[in-house]
Amino acid sequence: MELPADAPAVITADALRADLGCFPTREQYHDLVAAFKADGFEVCADLCAVDYLEHAERAVPEGVTPTRFEVVVNLLSMSRRERVRIRVQAGDVEPEVDSLFDLYPGSEAMEREAFDLLGVIFRGHPDLTRILMPEDWEGHPLRKDYGTGRVPVQFKEAPGPR
Amino acid sequence: MSEPTVRTAERLEALTAETSEGPQELQRREATPASELGREVGSVVRIGDAPFNPDDVDYERADDETMIINMGPSHPSTHGVLRIMLELDGEIVLRAKPVIGYLHTGMEKTGEMLSYVQGATNVTRMDYLSPVINELSYSMAVEALLGIEVPERAVWIRMMMSELNRISSHLVWMATNGMDLGSTSMMIYGFRERELILAFFEKTAGLRLNLNYVRPGGVAADLPDGWEDDVEVICDTIYERTFEYDELLTGQPIFRQRMVGVAPISAEEALALGVTGPLLRSTGVPWDLRRTMPYLAYDQVDFDVIVGTYGDNFDRYAIRLNEIRESVRIIRQCLERMPAGDYRSQDPKVTPPPRARIGESMEALIHHFKLFTEGFHVPAGEVYSAVESPRGEHGCYIVSDGGPKPYRMHVRAPSFVNLQAIPLLMRGASMADAITVISTVDPIMGEVDR
Repeated sequence: MELPADAPAVITADALRADLGCFPTREQYHDLVAAFKADGFEVCADLCAVDYLEHAERAVPEGVTPTRFEVVVNLLSMSRRERVRIRVQAGDVEPEVDSLFDLYPGSEAMEREAFDLLGVIFRGHPDLTRILMPEDWEGHPLRKDYGTGRVPVQFKEAPGPR
Repeated sequence: MSEPTVRTAERLEALTAETSEGPQELQRREATPASELGREVGSVVRIGDAPFNPDDVDYERADDETMIINMGPSHPSTHGVLRIMLELDGEIVLRAKPVIGYLHTGMEKTGEMLSYVQGATNVTRMDYLSPVINELSYSMAVEALLGIEVPERAVWIRMMMSELNRISSHLVWMATNGMDLGSTSMMIYGFRERELILAFFEKTAGLRLNLNYVRPGGVAADLPDGWEDDVEVICDTIYERTFEYDELLTGQPIFRQRMVGVAPISAEEALALGVTGPLLRSTGVPWDLRRTMPYLAYDQVDFDVIVGTYGDNFDRYAIRLNEIRESVRIIRQCLERMPAGDYRSQDPKVTPPPRARIGESMEALIHHFKLFTEGFHVPAGEVYSAVESPRGEHGCYIVSDGGPKPYRMHVRAPSFVNLQAIPLLMRGASMADAITVISTVDPIMGEVDR
């Protein structure tokens, strides 16, 4: 499989099990996805983020600077029956990437989920609010430094005994 | 004796404040940015690069003429804890927004705490109507990382169980859809037939619902003695009964009036929203992962991919009904061609040794102990595996760091993505049609909220 002709120069790796893995920079990310979309990848099948807090020195192709947060997008081409995976390094402290909402409106809920659970900011998202957690929840539960079992689970502001 | 607390109006207000989801809820129009408003009124496909203009929306009303009402999270037609906020003009839905998260139990986080052996018990609880398919996509992801082959018999058992599961899931859909439309007899019939399949699951896996049957390396147990007879009875009964459903619903005038032409979606809109499964096929896109990107042995069996034309409620109903028949066809072929052999991989690092070996072999004892305490180690890497669930593409993305637990496990839940079609489908429909929209989108809240 080849990269689309008008794609920005990104680093790719074939080590990703039959899928072509692309490692764009944050600036290239939106352009690359747009190029793939123009090339026949009609569907954004999946979008999620990963917190690599414990694996800062993980294996990435040469030329990529691994950061703590990574946004992983799986695109699907129905006409060509192919999938492609895009892994963008989103940053260490305040992860932030462009939203794909203008290309794939279906990425809306998935980006909200990544924001809610991992705290990744998506620039240009129409409604970046929490989606699964309650509105007043503190922290982002899927981050690796989020303590589990630390907060007693209760309904928020549960009324005291009547 | 203590004084009974008197609940006053003030108290009621406090209660409302406690349950508020703030900006997750549907806001007044003036408080909503244009792009978000566009989404809520169901504008999906934009021509060219023209920015969305809210004035283009055909249902424009001043705010004091409309009403925002709240449906759910506890509502008989929302199939669980789906909450939908609707802006209504009389009976007509102008805007809709699903508010979800009421069933969120952090299953992706839990998945990071459980070893690969235990993981299947976690994922099986996501889409509680199709446990086998959840386990399948998870197990296929783990197997891809491990690089192990599954024996031929295990592949066919998996395929047969998936199809039985697809039938039982579609039967529940038929039942609840019937209930939403006031056809309570359909509800009883649907659950009655599903019971046949659940009884077979119990016989095979020991459990009726959250089976934990498909595991990395194969399946948990071989099919029980005499399974051929059971499966044959299931196939014959259900195939025959689908024609009874036909008589009960397909031609029935009230049912048709509520389904035909209601809430259509176009192929372009469906693709833009990323919806899959019967919702996408109803628009005429023949996309079924079993056929287009075959896994297991689906490339060796004969079946048809059912597609619709208009993308309306009725097409979605007809697709599900006919998929039951196609699944019966696949199961019959499994019945004929079920190969002999192992039902799970014989790699002792991945699957436990037979019980009898533990008493006599030191290695078997060690393997057994290691497997159920620490679990097996999976080479570092990442993989995305996708299978066709009754609701669409069910994907599992696993990142492994070489340890015995997934570093990150993400599930691409079809219902979660399909739910985004709800504002589009509901726009301009009446309140009563909104119920049928929820029903035919078929969201399973367990997997939406995970």
